[in-house]
Amino acid sequence: MTALNTAPNIADVDDFYAALIGAHEGLSDAESARLNARLVLILANHIGDRRVLDQAIAAAARPGAGQ
Amino acid sequence: MLQDRYSLAFRLYPYRRSPDQDAPLPVRHPVVVMGGGPIGVATALDLGLQGIPVVVLDDHEGIGMGSRAICFAKRSLEIADRYGCAEPMLAKGVVWNLGKVFHQDRKVYEFNLLPEAGHRFPAFINLQQPYFEKFIVDRVRAVQEQGAPIELRGKNRVDAVTVKDDHVVLEIMTPDGPYRLEADWLIGCDGAGSPLRGMLGLGFEGRVFRDSFLIADIRMTADFPTERWFWFEPSHGSGASTLLHRQPDDTWRVDFQIGWDVDRKEEMKEENIRRRLDAFLGPERPYEIVWSSIYTFQCRRMQKFRNGRVIFAGDAAHQVSPFGARGANSGLQDVDNLGWKLGLVIRGVAPERLLDSYDEERIHGADENILNSTRATDFITPKSTISHVFRNAVLDLAEHYAFARPMVNSGRLSVPCTYDTMSLNGPDALPGGPARSRVGSPCPDAPVGEGFLLRRLGTGFAILTIDAEAPDLIDEDGIVARRVAVSADADPSGALAARYLGSAGSAVYLIRPDQHVAARWDRYDETALRAALRRACARD
Ligand SMILES: Cc1cc2nc3c(=O)[nH]c(=O)nc-3n(C[C@H](O)[C@H](O)[C@H](O)COP(=O)(O)OP(=O)(O)OC[C@H]3O[C@@H](n4cnc5c(N)ncnc54)[C@H](O)[C@@H]3O)c2cc1C
Repeated sequence: MTALNTAPNIADVDDFYAALIGAHEGLSDAESARLNARLVLILANHIGDRRVLDQAIAAAARPGAGQ
Repeated sequence: MLQDRYSLAFRLYPYRRSPDQDAPLPVRHPVVVMGGGPIGVATALDLGLQGIPVVVLDDHEGIGMGSRAICFAKRSLEIADRYGCAEPMLAKGVVWNLGKVFHQDRKVYEFNLLPEAGHRFPAFINLQQPYFEKFIVDRVRAVQEQGAPIELRGKNRVDAVTVKDDHVVLEIMTPDGPYRLEADWLIGCDGAGSPLRGMLGLGFEGRVFRDSFLIADIRMTADFPTERWFWFEPSHGSGASTLLHRQPDDTWRVDFQIGWDVDRKEEMKEENIRRRLDAFLGPERPYEIVWSSIYTFQCRRMQKFRNGRVIFAGDAAHQVSPFGARGANSGLQDVDNLGWKLGLVIRGVAPERLLDSYDEERIHGADENILNSTRATDFITPKSTISHVFRNAVLDLAEHYAFARPMVNSGRLSVPCTYDTMSLNGPDALPGGPARSRVGSPCPDAPVGEGFLLRRLGTGFAILTIDAEAPDLIDEDGIVARRVAVSADADPSGALAARYLGSAGSAVYLIRPDQHVAARWDRYDETALRAALRRACARD
């Protein structure tokens, strides 16, 4: 695995999305930010491949996204 | 005494005095339907076509103004086709496939729904609800001519009910004063505000969403594409979202999400509606406001739809947010599910407990609809800062990356539910059979020769054989199943085989009157088929 997969890859994505938002329920903004940070680190470790991780970081930081 | 609560688009069942009003004792009817909205009238049509006498009582004399539902899904058209009223809906309706999603005025992406080939009906049509209802009433009129025992009584308001063990007594108000009726079965189709629920003291639990929507139907003759446009956080108007959708008659539905703390009176003033519309359509575009309204919504349902001799259907039983167009569409599936069961029970060939499966199956359907529309609502109106952050991240990413597009949820189109693992289901014994036609699923349509499969299935139990043998008719103590024989060769496109055979060489399906699969095998076995037929009618 060397290329970041940006094609749809999650079965029943609505269910996943609901679980993700559900994990934040009742948390303060600061707690949510910490949860997100932990989640990113866990997922990054699972991926492992540095080239993929670098592409993911670049994709997330892409200018224009997220103003 | 009988004040209209809304004005009418079509006055189709003006009040007429019924002989029942002069009877010395309350007249008993097998079925009374309370409420003449789309669900009540469709229920009457289903039963009437089976030859079961049914009386519909509605407190108005026709169909209300204002379009409300506009999106009718394939399954609803297939059900309507069974009732004989889908053609005018299809002829009048608008078909669309292209959608565009905007965020803060930037186009994030567009999609083409590319409908699957080999179906009689499109994935959905846009059609104003009053037309949809009118076509059902027109069909009622046509079958009445042919002797179907259906009565529509306008300006008959049900004011009280008394529930007995084996019937219900109704107190009805008319312009000529009150009268009473008795019904073996009362079907509550009296809408989301259901007075009947109140009369019986039954609850309606769920979630209220703190938001309101300003909807306007506008007529524009200018060219405007037949597409669905959805804006998240548009800069025009102040709303959190806006939806633009085309309907017949050069009419567009615009739906502004305007928040919870709004002054309804103020917002409903024409100048204020125009201010929003102008900001969004541009100043030069002429239009006429056909109808407008403000609504809020809930996602909730009754705990049980069947309460002895009283059975609820449609909005009276369950209510969803409009995202995903699941209100009328799911109500039609209630009718589809209830009609044949009640018919068999009334004719005495199936036990009353068959009706409990209506509860089981349609509560499952309602929960699925509530889940889907709640999720769409949460995406469109995020409830917390973090949820909002994620939502906007999805929209940002969707502009550049395909993976994020399926996460954008502006309402998932209504699809019929599959009754997996429900008590009426028989064996799924077709090795290699496709998942989409597994036991419990609604039959997918497919081309057969010059026509389509669903039409061939008819309105009773069917034994669908695909390159397999079976007798033409099975009669299991009064429950009749007729064979519909087809060959995979009848569809050169291969869709029939892909949808019903998979890797199997032949198949025998037992199909219920609502065109859900009751059981399937790779070959005919009389004992197994009879057992499945009994089970599908709750005889075992
Ligand atoms: C803005 C909006 C958009 C929508 N969009 C869609 C969509 O795109 N697709 C979709 O499928 N659904 C949609 N819906 C939902 C759809 O309109 C409803 O699900 C549908 O009307 C329900 O039909 P019904 O017959 O159950 O109830 P109703 O249409 O509410 O009919 C109930 C009837 O009962 C009568 N009644 C009430 N009390 C009494 C009484 N005491 N005695 C006698 N009669 C009585 C009423 O007058 C009325 O005629 C939308 C709803 C809204 C508000």
